[in-house]
Amino acid sequence: MRLLTPELGLLFWTLIAFLIVFFVLKKYAWRPILNSLDQRERGIADSLETADRVRKEMTQMKNENEELMAVAREERGAMLKEAREIKERMINEAKDQAKLEANKIILEAQQQINAQKMAAITEVKNQVGMMVIEVTEKVLRRELSNPAAQEEHIRSLVEEVKLN
Amino acid sequence: MVVGRVKSLLVAAFSVLALSFSHTAEAQKEPTNNDNQYEAEDEKGGSGKFDANTVIFGHVMDGHEFHFFSWEGSDGKQHHATIPLPIILFEPGQGLSFFSSSKFHHGEEVHKGYQLVTKNYKENLKKGGMADDQINLYTDESIIAVDAAGSPDNNRKVYDFSFTRNVVQMMLALGLLVFLMISIANKYRTGQGVTSAPKGWQGAVEPVITFLRDEVAKPNLGPGYRKYMPLLLTIFFFILINNIFGLVPGAANVTGNIAFTAVLGVVAFLVITFSGSKHYWGHILNPPVPFGIKFIMVPVEILSIFTKPFALIIRLFANMLAGHIIIICLISLIFIFGNLSTGVGIGFSPISIAFAVFIYLIEVLVAFIQAFIFTNLTAVFIGQAAEEGHDVHHEDNEAPDRPVIIG
Repeated sequence: MRLLTPELGLLFWTLIAFLIVFFVLKKYAWRPILNSLDQRERGIADSLETADRVRKEMTQMKNENEELMAVAREERGAMLKEAREIKERMINEAKDQAKLEANKIILEAQQQINAQKMAAITEVKNQVGMMVIEVTEKVLRRELSNPAAQEEHIRSLVEEVKLN
Repeated sequence: MVVGRVKSLLVAAFSVLALSFSHTAEAQKEPTNNDNQYEAEDEKGGSGKFDANTVIFGHVMDGHEFHFFSWEGSDGKQHHATIPLPIILFEPGQGLSFFSSSKFHHGEEVHKGYQLVTKNYKENLKKGGMADDQINLYTDESIIAVDAAGSPDNNRKVYDFSFTRNVVQMMLALGLLVFLMISIANKYRTGQGVTSAPKGWQGAVEPVITFLRDEVAKPNLGPGYRKYMPLLLTIFFFILINNIFGLVPGAANVTGNIAFTAVLGVVAFLVITFSGSKHYWGHILNPPVPFGIKFIMVPVEILSIFTKPFALIIRLFANMLAGHIIIICLISLIFIFGNLSTGVGIGFSPISIAFAVFIYLIEVLVAFIQAFIFTNLTAVFIGQAAEEGHDVHHEDNEAPDRPVIIG
């Protein structure tokens, strides 16, 4: 029977102890712990949500980037093509101009060469004329000392002239 | 394969245990039922003889001192190794008295006109010519007022508010609990466990708290669960820490004492009753049954208000007490056999120890399970009481009744 009859002292102290523990723990333990757990759970939920949103944004940005890239690539292609065309045109123009210039230079050179040639020929003719006169003089001086030879010479000259 | 083998081994262990326990129970019954025979036996056998009844009840019951062991000294007197505890008595007209339990000298001396009732004192009364049924009115370990001659004075009423071993041990356990929980809470306040991972004791306590919140409070109490969380957590840890402290060998059996469980039951009763909704009271005072049956149903429903917390009280008390008694019985078996013959006692000790260890492990489990069951059922009952009526889902009201069978 002693087992089943609660003792007054233990009842009293248990009640006091329970109430004290309840109020102390409620204020200093359970509330902060539960609030912290809630806060953490909310934090985790928020983070997950943010991560999800960021991921979505990332995907969107990636798509946008890809579009931009495609546009840029197209633009680059067009620019390259244009550049190639300009290059070819420039080269052709340069070639044409060069040809013209070259022709002009060649023509001028030919004219100059001809003029030089003519001058040189005239010079040579003059020189030859001079030398002929000189030689003739010397020959005449020697030949004319002998009348027979003089005659002979004149005759040959005449013959030569005739042949000419 | 291995699991199957362990299972069959457990079954075998259980059945053998059940067998041996039923025998001890029978053996124990005899002396308890017949006090005269037991007293006679004790006198005949002398103080050296092992008395399982005294040992068992000395362990599971409350006491005014922590008693470890006794021996017979060279002077022929009994010596006790104990830690005395403070005695606080209140007597109307006399006021409070405060002294150490060592003043009683284990019931051999009167102090300030008070006497500790022990077996020796009862024997003295018997020798003084008092009738047995008169003597049995005084319970062991209680404190009574006596007159100058040392015989009980029935006109004086003494209220015993002593720090018994249950009280002292409970306060130690609760001191530890409060310290532990507040230090954990302070860690949370500094941000550890909120913005970073929980550490140390936080990791041990946090899952329990979240379990109670998510598996006990939320499903039973619905959206208003937050209001009851501190109560449920306090009840759970209050029971758990005392269960665990009670498992320490030689410690007092706090949760296996009906006064302890009664307080928790009364607290649960008050909370259940005061959170009762209109629907709950309507269901009790005017149950939806035909008029004639109301006369039967209303008393039954009113009775159910009290039976619910009463079941809580008895369940926890009986479970914890039974576990302690079984362990002590198993250990006592060694000495019971030892009384027959020393050889038998030594031979039986390994079996006894094996079973005691087995039950001990189960008791560790039970310590947690009973704390959980008490909390869960409190939550279930509060949930039932606080529920706002919706008669369409009438079966819902019955569903939470199922766990009542547990334990």
